[in-house]
Amino acid sequence: MSRPGRAVKEVAFRALVGCAAFLGVAAFVVLLGDVLLDGAGSLSWHLFTNFASRFPERAGIRAPLFGTLWLLVLTAAFSFPVSVGAAIFLEEYAPRTRVTRAIQANIAHLAGVPSIVYGILGLALFVRALDLGRSVLSGALTLSLFTMPIIVLSAQEAIRRVPRSVRDAAYGLGATRWQVIRFQVLPQALPRIITGGILALSRAVGETAPLVLVGAVTFIAFTPGSVSDSFTALPVQIFHWASRPQDEFRGLAAAAIIVLLVLLLGMNTLATIVRNRFENRSSGEGRHT
Amino acid sequence: MDERGGRPGVSGPLQASRGPGAVGERIVGGVFALCAGLTALVMLGIILVFITEAVGFFTQVSILEFLTETRWTPLFQEKHFGILPLLSGSILVAVGAGLVALPGGLLTAIFLSEHAGSRVRSILKPLLEVLAGIPTVVYGYFALTFVTPLLQGILPRLEAFNAASAAVVVGIMILPTVASLSDDALRAVPNTMREAALGLGAAPVDVTIRVVIPAGASGILASFILGLSRAFGETMVVAMAAGNSPHLTLNPLESIQTMSAYVLQAGQGNIGLGTMDYRTLFAVGMMLFLITMVMNQVSQWVRVRLGGIR
Repeated sequence: MSRPGRAVKEVAFRALVGCAAFLGVAAFVVLLGDVLLDGAGSLSWHLFTNFASRFPERAGIRAPLFGTLWLLVLTAAFSFPVSVGAAIFLEEYAPRTRVTRAIQANIAHLAGVPSIVYGILGLALFVRALDLGRSVLSGALTLSLFTMPIIVLSAQEAIRRVPRSVRDAAYGLGATRWQVIRFQVLPQALPRIITGGILALSRAVGETAPLVLVGAVTFIAFTPGSVSDSFTALPVQIFHWASRPQDEFRGLAAAAIIVLLVLLLGMNTLATIVRNRFENRSSGEGRHT
Repeated sequence: MDERGGRPGVSGPLQASRGPGAVGERIVGGVFALCAGLTALVMLGIILVFITEAVGFFTQVSILEFLTETRWTPLFQEKHFGILPLLSGSILVAVGAGLVALPGGLLTAIFLSEHAGSRVRSILKPLLEVLAGIPTVVYGYFALTFVTPLLQGILPRLEAFNAASAAVVVGIMILPTVASLSDDALRAVPNTMREAALGLGAAPVDVTIRVVIPAGASGILASFILGLSRAFGETMVVAMAAGNSPHLTLNPLESIQTMSAYVLQAGQGNIGLGTMDYRTLFAVGMMLFLITMVMNQVSQWVRVRLGGIR
C-alpha cells in the first residue's frame, strides 16, 4: 500500500478505536445525567422518613432502605465467614486432587449462574422447603448463596498473594497449619479479603431479581423488626416505581436510584480505602527489610 | 498462647504440633473443609430443585411439546407450553446486545492495550469497572425512560416496550466485561511479537489486526461467549423494557418476553406450591440454567484449550 494510504488507514483505525473506547464513558455520563435530572426533584427529607404510598407526593423509601440495610448485614454475616473458610481450605489445606479441582471448577461455575436462578433456588429451598416464608431471612440467605462464590474467588486471590516464604519460615519454626494461617497468612491477606468481600456485597445490594422471586413485597408500611418479618429492598422498590406509567413515580424511582448509587459508591470507597491502607503499610514494611 | 504447650510470652508460631493442640488443629481444618463443601452443595441444591420440580412439569407436558410448540400461554385459559417464544426472545436480546458489546468491547480493549498511555488507562479502566458495578435495575430504568423514547424518535414504529431498547442497554451493560477480558487477552500477547512485526515493516494497524488479535483470539472469543451468556441470563433490563408478551418473533421493534423475564413475572405473584404455574417457573429456569452453563463451559474451554499463546 502507498504511503499516504497507509497513513489514512492508520488515522482512521485510531479514531475508530478511540471513539469506541469512549462509548462506554459516554454511556456512563448519559445514564448518570438522566437519573440525576429525573430524580433530583424528588429528593427530599421526607423521602427517607415516609413509607410507600399510592400518592407519589407522600411516598418514601423508609421501608426499602431499612430492608436493604437488613439484607446487607445478614448477607455479610452469612456469606463472609463461610466463603473465607472455603477459600482458606482451598488454598491452605486442600491436596491438589481431582476433588479439589472439581470444587474449584464448581465455584467458578456458580459465579456465572444468572442471579435469577438463585432466586428460584431461594424460593424452593428457603421459602418453601425450609418454610422460612417470604421473610428478610429468606432474602438474605438467597443473596448469600449468590455472593459466596464471588467472595471465595477474591479471598483465594488475596491468600495467594501472601508469599510462600512467609509460610515456609513459620513452618520451619515449628508452627502448626492453623498457627501459620492465624498468625501469618490471615493478617497479611485480610485487608484484601475484606475489600473483595465489600465489593461482592455491593453487588448483592444491587440485586433485584432474586429478591422479587423470594417475595420481597412492594407495599409495606413498617420496617423489619426481626428476621422473620416480610421486607422490601431499594432495587425492588425502584423496579416497581419505574414500572408505573406516571411520571411522578418515575421521579421517585430515579430518586431511589440516586440513594442506591450513593450507598454503592460509599461501599466501593470503603473497599478502596481498606486496600490502599494495606498497600501503603506493606510497602512501608518492605523498606525495613 | 496459653501454658498448655506453648511458651510464655510467645504468641503462636512456636507452639508444638503434637499434643493437646492437635485435636483442635483437626477440628479447625474440618470446619474449613465443611465451608468448601457447602459451596458444592449449592450447585447440588440448584440441580436437585430443578430436577424434582421439572419432573412434575414434564409428566404433564411432553418434552417434545415443550421444545417444539410455538405458543407460550401458561397463564391463559387455553394453555400452551412451548419454550420457543421465550427462547427466541432471549436469543434476540443476546444477539442484539452482542452487536453492541462485542465490537464495542473489542475496540475498547484494543484502545486500552495498544493505544492508551498509562494515564488514560488508569482513568478508563476504573470507569469501566464502575459501569460494570451499576445495578441491573438502574440499567432497566435507563432503557425504559431514556433509550426507548430516544429510539422512538428515530424509529416511529417502535413499540413502548420492545426488544431493541433492552438489547442496546444490555449491550452497554456487558461491554465492560467483554472489554476487560479481551484486554487481558491482548496484553498477554508478548511484546516481542509486536516488535518483530513492526521490524519487518508492518504498519501499527496491521500489527494489531494481523498479529495481536489472532494471537489473543482464544481469550477474545472466550470473552465474547461469556458476555453473550450474561446477556442471555439478564433479567431486570428485559423485564422492565422489553415488555412481557411472549411471541415467536425476530423483530426487535416488537414487545417480547425472555425466559428470565417470564421467571420473574411468574414468581412475582403468590403462586401456589405444586400448581402448574409454579412448575413452569422451574422448567423455564432449568432451560436458562442449562444454556448459560453450557455457554460458560464453552467459554472456559475455548480459553484453556485453544489458548493461542503458549
